Amino acid sequence: MLAFIAQRIMKAIVVLLAIVVLNFFLIRLAPGDPAVVMAGEAGASDQLFVAQLREKFGLDQPLPVQLYRYVKGIATLDLGFSFRQQAPVSQLILERLPATLLLTGTAFAISLLSGVLFGILAARRAGTWADTAITILALIFYATPLFWVALMAILLFSVTMDWLPSFGYETVGANYTGFAHVLDVGAHLILPAMTIGLFFMATYTRMTRASMLEVKRLDFVKTARAKGLRDAVIQRRHVLRNALLPVVTLAGLQAGTLVGGAVLTETVFAWPGIGRLMYEALLQRDYNLLLGVFVVCSAMVLAFNLITDLIYRSVDPRIEFAA
Amino acid sequence: MKRFWKLLLRNPGGLIGSIILLAAIAVALFGPIVFPNSPWRMVQRPFLPPFTISALPLGTDALGRDVFAGIIYGARVSLLVGLVSTLAALAVGIPVGALAGYFGGRIGDALMRFTEFFQTVPSFALAIVLVAIMQPSIVSIVLAIAIVSWPPVARLVRGEVLSLRTREYVQAAIVTGQSHRWIIWREILPNALSPVIVLASLMVATAILLESSLSFLGLGDPNLMSWGYMVGAGRTVIRQAWWITVFPGIAILVSVLALNLIGEGLNDALNPRLNKEGR
Repeated sequence: MLAFIAQRIMKAIVVLLAIVVLNFFLIRLAPGDPAVVMAGEAGASDQLFVAQLREKFGLDQPLPVQLYRYVKGIATLDLGFSFRQQAPVSQLILERLPATLLLTGTAFAISLLSGVLFGILAARRAGTWADTAITILALIFYATPLFWVALMAILLFSVTMDWLPSFGYETVGANYTGFAHVLDVGAHLILPAMTIGLFFMATYTRMTRASMLEVKRLDFVKTARAKGLRDAVIQRRHVLRNALLPVVTLAGLQAGTLVGGAVLTETVFAWPGIGRLMYEALLQRDYNLLLGVFVVCSAMVLAFNLITDLIYRSVDPRIEFAA
Repeated sequence: MKRFWKLLLRNPGGLIGSIILLAAIAVALFGPIVFPNSPWRMVQRPFLPPFTISALPLGTDALGRDVFAGIIYGARVSLLVGLVSTLAALAVGIPVGALAGYFGGRIGDALMRFTEFFQTVPSFALAIVLVAIMQPSIVSIVLAIAIVSWPPVARLVRGEVLSLRTREYVQAAIVTGQSHRWIIWREILPNALSPVIVLASLMVATAILLESSLSFLGLGDPNLMSWGYMVGAGRTVIRQAWWITVFPGIAILVSVLALNLIGEGLNDALNPRLNKEGR
């Protein structure tokens, strides 16, 4: 098991390194000479200043040296400097990271839990009106663009019914403390988390339903039934446990999609996370910041994949870890 | 082929999806001819509510532009981007998967590592970065969507090729001394096609969602009206004018839903063994 974990971590590091190298070349592909762009962003553009910048950031060095410095920088969590925001990229990202983790974590938990529950419900009542209703709803939510769900949620729950706040992380100027603050943040969290959650819930519902129906037909379920086990036991211990395997795989694979969902949702709800930060970097064409966020998102996805790999093992002890 | 359409159209979801998609294609092809109003031109006062003037059934946006015209012209962009980027992704994914599956060994391993890498990177974030760096245009959008969506094709094709290459007729072709290219193109790939078609129809749906998301964030082609752009532009005035965001969103939802229904219909038609349960 330890060897397996070590191997997986090594693999993740290699992939991360590849992403960093990709990132380096993407920055070089970005329009404009970085030094000139930086000078312009800093509000000065005379030759001397540009030359100084070039030297300071090693842009006068050959490409491999630059690449080496870039990789070394990232290894020490130095993601470069955002001239637009006048702050180190890593600092900007760290400030925003907790909000994103709160949002995506909540959304993920809601969607997985409710998705699996609805999937079980639909599979157990296969062919009835409840199954049809769940299946159709899941099909619709699966096809709805996230940013539009977000806007419709605002239209419905904020504009029309005035139940929930439509933007931000907390009520500005309210200065709540303690439990009141938690409630305030919670109220702001509901709409964005539900927006992301709805799409993923649809995915997990469909997957769980399909998987349950498939496992139910397998021979070992017939054996269990022939042994005279109670239906509840068969469903829980035999069908569900096996049916959840593809759902876990899917959940792991979808970490990247979750990040994409965070970009769109945080943009609509002005949620101060790294998705919103990516949008701000985009608007200002702040390439250092944009690619910094991209590296961090990729690292998060890798970490998440690693965790699902490990969970997978605990759900299915049959899996061998030859990797 | 005929049987195949029959099977698809017998599936209620597949039938509904096909009808909607055909309607959308008709709108994209002929809409701008029947309805020559430019979606960018100011035609009435801004914020004209829908259903007040029959010539402008869906009202106008914040700049007095016709929302209905925008939806008609947007259909072109969505369908075109969806289709072309999927074809481009197939053009990368099929050869990579076929080579990896057919030759295996070191080449196969290397190709699959490469594929896994692209599958690990968060796709929407990569698409954003790519379009931002290449500058928004219809070409950069298509390229970015293709780059982030080919890995599943490669994996699927690899799996199919792996299982097909041990079949007797392929072994026979090898023994009779056919070239690798002939065997891959003429013997293996045609038989691996049906799952690829299913995947491709779902990929068009995903591509449309991706395009609209990029346009929504302001990364659309600035010269082309698209549904995502319309929702993005209407977002700030949603409190005054709900219709500017609601209608284009419905257009996206309906097209994506249609393609998903077709994908599932095709899946049922082409893999009749599956999906028997629960009916």
